[in-house]
Amino acid sequence: MSRLTIHGGRVVDPESGRDEVADLHIGDGRVLAIGPAPDGFAAEARLDAAGQLVIPGLVDLAARLREPGATRKGGIIPEARAAAGGGVTTLLQPPDTSPVTDTPSVVELIHSRAQSADGARVRPLGALTQGLAGERLAEMAALRDAGCPAMADGGRPVTNGLVLRRALEYAATFSLPVVLTPEDPDLAAGGHVHDGETATRLGLPSQPAATETAALARILAIAEESGTPVHLGRLSTARGVEMVAAAQQARLPVTADVAIHQLLFTEHDCAGYDTRAHVRPPLRSSADRDRLRRGVADGTLQAVCSDHQPHDPDAKDCPFADSEPGISGVDTLLALTLRLVDEGLLSVPEAIRRVTAGPARALGLEAGTLAPGAAADVAVVDPRARWRVTPESLRSRGHNTLLTGWDLAGTVTATVVGGRTVHVR
Amino acid sequence: MSVQLDAQGNLRHLLTTEGLPRELLTRILDTAGSFSGVIGKSVKKVPLLRGRTIINLFFEPSTRTRTTFELAAQRLSADVLNIDVASSSTSKGESLLDMLRNLEAMQCDAFVVRHADSGAAEFIARHAAPGVAVVNAGDGRHAHPTQALLDAFTIRHEKGALEPLTIAIVGDILHSRVARSQIHALRGLGAGEIRAIAPRTLQPRGIEQLGVRLYEDMDAGLEGADVVIMLRLQRERMRGALLPSEGEFFSRYGLTEQRLERTHPQAIVMHPGPVNRGVELDPRVADGPRSVILQQVTNGIAVRMAVMSMVLGGQGEAAPASIEEVAG
Repeated sequence: MSRLTIHGGRVVDPESGRDEVADLHIGDGRVLAIGPAPDGFAAEARLDAAGQLVIPGLVDLAARLREPGATRKGGIIPEARAAAGGGVTTLLQPPDTSPVTDTPSVVELIHSRAQSADGARVRPLGALTQGLAGERLAEMAALRDAGCPAMADGGRPVTNGLVLRRALEYAATFSLPVVLTPEDPDLAAGGHVHDGETATRLGLPSQPAATETAALARILAIAEESGTPVHLGRLSTARGVEMVAAAQQARLPVTADVAIHQLLFTEHDCAGYDTRAHVRPPLRSSADRDRLRRGVADGTLQAVCSDHQPHDPDAKDCPFADSEPGISGVDTLLALTLRLVDEGLLSVPEAIRRVTAGPARALGLEAGTLAPGAAADVAVVDPRARWRVTPESLRSRGHNTLLTGWDLAGTVTATVVGGRTVHVR
Repeated sequence: MSVQLDAQGNLRHLLTTEGLPRELLTRILDTAGSFSGVIGKSVKKVPLLRGRTIINLFFEPSTRTRTTFELAAQRLSADVLNIDVASSSTSKGESLLDMLRNLEAMQCDAFVVRHADSGAAEFIARHAAPGVAVVNAGDGRHAHPTQALLDAFTIRHEKGALEPLTIAIVGDILHSRVARSQIHALRGLGAGEIRAIAPRTLQPRGIEQLGVRLYEDMDAGLEGADVVIMLRLQRERMRGALLPSEGEFFSRYGLTEQRLERTHPQAIVMHPGPVNRGVELDPRVADGPRSVILQQVTNGIAVRMAVMSMVLGGQGEAAPASIEEVAG
């Protein structure tokens, strides 16, 4: 199917500033026009979007599909399809796969699986260091040529400052952005929850906010000298947001994202040893959550991601400290983002920007816009249609979510990837 | 919290002292009081739990706690099985849940559980078959409710009402499940003032929110205290850069006869055991006239009898009468 018209929806494309009821015409995998059809265009298919939002497909900066490595938890095909069902058209998989995504062959394996998924586009992030061990540089140029849009620490921070400096410099040589997750492993010290009242009540080993901020200060100092664009992934603290804001004011090429669950939940959600709230970095205080929300509103955090980490039931059905961190999030990212609109935090275009153009620009991806000529990656969303989160309603194989039983507004009725309709509801 | 109480507010499991109503805490102590009479008799058994099976499931090594649980169960005429998991199973890759199912298949009535993970007892209680009771014998840093109850029992026995008392808890609060359970139990029973005394490296964040006054200076914290509870300091704390040395800890936070003078003249000294002599407690204090450390151990049996009889159906009020009959 090469020519498609999405008819009569409210087209919201934050990057071009467009927000109007219009037809969207697609041909040869690209957006051809918004409004009147181009001369001689005859649609082979039509999607009726009256009363719905027509937005760029979501760009999710952190989604672990569990392949290669842990296919009992997920898999490229089911999770890429689940993502498409959630309106995500491009997702970035961190390199902490098994084997680690540090060679072109692993990248090729991921690409070939993703191709047969017929779901969201899967972009593997390359490992910054070999085996993510933080010692020797990975073959970044080869990884870029294989298709990695950026390099990342995959949640295993590079603790050697010299290696980090060299890695940033080397990545800059090949114009590769670098995604780093600030965490000082010594300060984390096996802490599973935020160092606050809940940890004290539950008697769980905890980690302070300095786990993030100490690592962040170090990253910013090294990044400032190397001049390499750095994207900070999964911020969790108020102070961290302020440090990023200060760096941006000083014109450092620094961007940042936050996982959507950090905007909704706090350390208190771990009460009763609820292992579903076990995430890394941990859910922190309500003051931290509030500052993260303001950071999303003021654009310091230009991207919101799902931090999708599907799990098998056993991973969460055990005492808290033995449970594995992570929340399954691709199904609910869009609905929760729209919830931020209902809560008055963001306008519709700004909310959409945080999950489309925001993340796409952070890593220089050609995605996240409906400008004519752009790849036709589109989500059609009925913002009022409610759905209940249940194990049956989730498409991901991971049912580990804190939202079970919630009624969410915002149903993805169609997802188009490169002009192909990969999801219809 | 609701996990451990049934719809009538009776004790189904004992997992934590947090949130237990005052009336229930008092009932446990009163029931223990009636059992402590039994312990003094030459025939030390009552048939309350005859035919019931209790499994002591210990994932961490313990001698005293396990022994007193075992004695308590035997004195209630229950059958007791000790499973020392530290040396047996999870190393074979068996998950906690699998192990639980297997043990339940053996038709037991209660588990007494000790585990290194905070929340492990609650986890087991949530997954246990209906009618199977779980008693927490210590989970990570979280809770050790029977220890806290026997401490409260001892304080009440030695000092009477808790309302006018100032109780100081000293030492490694951060890692102590005993301290957390004591704070909740003593608060629940209406203790006048609870103080926590520790260097900053051994204070859990936000401990004041549990209802204690925090002191870093021991002399100030002991001023006028009626009860001093010393906590055990694990030797490995020196490795984690929490303390420089045992000697320095003792010089600042060890309880000596000299420091004891700051307390109320009739103050008692307690310790959950085993004592590190010369680390948290001067031997002269440990063995001195103010020490009630051995009474704590004895009271532990009565308190554990009370808890086990209550979670296995008797809710306290009826128990004492039947005891008198058999033991008398």
